[in-house]
Amino acid sequence: MSKEKNSIMSWIDKRFPLTANWKAHLTEYYAPKNFNFWYYFGSLAFLVLVNQFITGIFLTMNYKPDAGLAFSSVEYIMRDVDYGWLIRYMHSTGASMFFVVVYLHMFRGMMYGSYRKPRELLWLIGMGIFFVLMSLAFTGYILPWGQMSYWGAQVIVSMFGAIPVIGDTLSHWLLGDFMLSDAALNRFFAYHVVTLPILLLVLVVVHIIALHEVGSNNPDGIEIKANRDPQTNIPVDGIPFHPYYTVKDIFGVIAFLIVFSGIIFFAPEFGGYFLEHNNFIPANTLQTPDHIAPVWYFTPYYSMLRAVTINFLGVDAKLWGVILMAASVIIFAFLPWLDRSPVKSIRYKGPIFKFALAMFVLSFVVLGFLGMKSPTPLYTLLAQIFTFIYFAFFILMPWYSKIDKTKPEPTRVKE
Amino acid sequence: MADTGSSFKIEKEMNSRRRFLVAATTVVGGVATVGVATPFILSMMPSERAKAAGAPVEVDISKLEPGQLLLVEWRGKVVWVLKRTPTMLESLDLLEEEGLLADPDSEKDQQPEYAKNHTRSIKPETLVVEGLCTHLGCSPVFRKDIAPEDLGEDWLGGFFCPCHGSKFDLAGRVYKNLPAPTNLVVPPHTYLSDNLLLIGAESKESA
Repeated sequence: MSKEKNSIMSWIDKRFPLTANWKAHLTEYYAPKNFNFWYYFGSLAFLVLVNQFITGIFLTMNYKPDAGLAFSSVEYIMRDVDYGWLIRYMHSTGASMFFVVVYLHMFRGMMYGSYRKPRELLWLIGMGIFFVLMSLAFTGYILPWGQMSYWGAQVIVSMFGAIPVIGDTLSHWLLGDFMLSDAALNRFFAYHVVTLPILLLVLVVVHIIALHEVGSNNPDGIEIKANRDPQTNIPVDGIPFHPYYTVKDIFGVIAFLIVFSGIIFFAPEFGGYFLEHNNFIPANTLQTPDHIAPVWYFTPYYSMLRAVTINFLGVDAKLWGVILMAASVIIFAFLPWLDRSPVKSIRYKGPIFKFALAMFVLSFVVLGFLGMKSPTPLYTLLAQIFTFIYFAFFILMPWYSKIDKTKPEPTRVKE
Repeated sequence: MADTGSSFKIEKEMNSRRRFLVAATTVVGGVATVGVATPFILSMMPSERAKAAGAPVEVDISKLEPGQLLLVEWRGKVVWVLKRTPTMLESLDLLEEEGLLADPDSEKDQQPEYAKNHTRSIKPETLVVEGLCTHLGCSPVFRKDIAPEDLGEDWLGGFFCPCHGSKFDLAGRVYKNLPAPTNLVVPPHTYLSDNLLLIGAESKESA
């Protein structure tokens, strides 16, 4: 039996490097032995990706990308298709959970300095994944063609109209019409189910290739490759990804699936945070709902969009809002070059960085909260203050990370 | 010796020919790529059907009561027809005096010439504007209640955008220091008779 298996494997290996790849990426990929809780979220993001692909394919079997039929086809999936409700809730809950795990994954990188040399490109590829993910979430949210789908899309597309000179033509080109209509729904469907998923998959593969080239960072933020066993050339603080971390990740997967199932079966709308109440009303082009806010994962940026209320430097407030919103997302990409600290991990960084990171998290959460609320003068003022703090975290980093009092890094990872 | 020299010369000549061919192929390939991409990119512009769908609409406003707002759909957009009461018209002056508006005299090109006046309308009492916020395209809410709790004591009635908090007065003029940059758009319109409004064209013929 084993001999037979070996001969099959050797037949394949002569034609395709299967064993070599298995070793390079699993059994002989050496990851630092001190991974902690925060290292679950990469593999969980991959799990959610698989969930979105599978459930998404089954949803397309019954969904109709037509302004006249879309809303009722979603209701048809929910009421008449066997287990349609389950598949759709897995997909809609998966979308929110995607952002939960990706935000935690990014926060892990910020804590342990995973964006620092030599992982700058790895971080940038990750940013690309983040942008594609946001586009996927946006195009997917339009598809049910409910009130929030319609007016949410209206707001986002109007942002392109704010760009001087080419704005109008650009938004007509994006919409395929002079206003948001069937043409836009049809093409956003194409992006959501073909273009963006292909892009996402390619970027995820590239992300993993880049990771396995430079090796994983760890909570101590030191390079395990600097300490190799002289005989085997294997990093002394590394352990094979498989079976050690595959087993660890299975534990994470089970914990995650418990939470995931709990939401799907007991609170699929999550009190209006995952599926907004107004989206159960068909799109009405004559009336915006009284209260409109994006889904929770976009609310921090949305707060910044509407925080600008005055014109300055000859640019009107509307365009500033759009610029600020775009900048708030893009600015993450500059982290590798903004951080000038001699150490990577928060464990050895000084009090200034810890305070700055805490303020950043606070401003992200507060802006997220404000983005869900109707604007009032007080809320707008708060949004302005926290937008300022959000950007200060990034823009002042080259200075405060340099003068911060750091602790010396160890030469070997801690147990 | 002479032999190596000439082969070196040939080599050099070959290299320069190769470079030329690589450059020429790149240029031709680039032109071809742009050429092939063009129809795909242009296919995403509004189609002939979308362009043809902009017909004007006729609206009978005889049953419109003072203070009442009528919603009309034109080119897939919402157009408001508001019959203003004398009090509502007075509020326009009050707001100007208090200096709360960003463009009280409608300087920016958001209306046809015939609506570039104090009330932003052809007939003083009847306002015709597109009901889409000039910030990011939400449809503001008609709030004719005076000084409600959420909008403050100096609110004299107008349109409030729930999305980002922009405010417009009863002539569609935007308040200062709010996200929306300009007044609401007045679409081309005309009166075919006293109570018959045409939205989308300036005369029956030009439609």
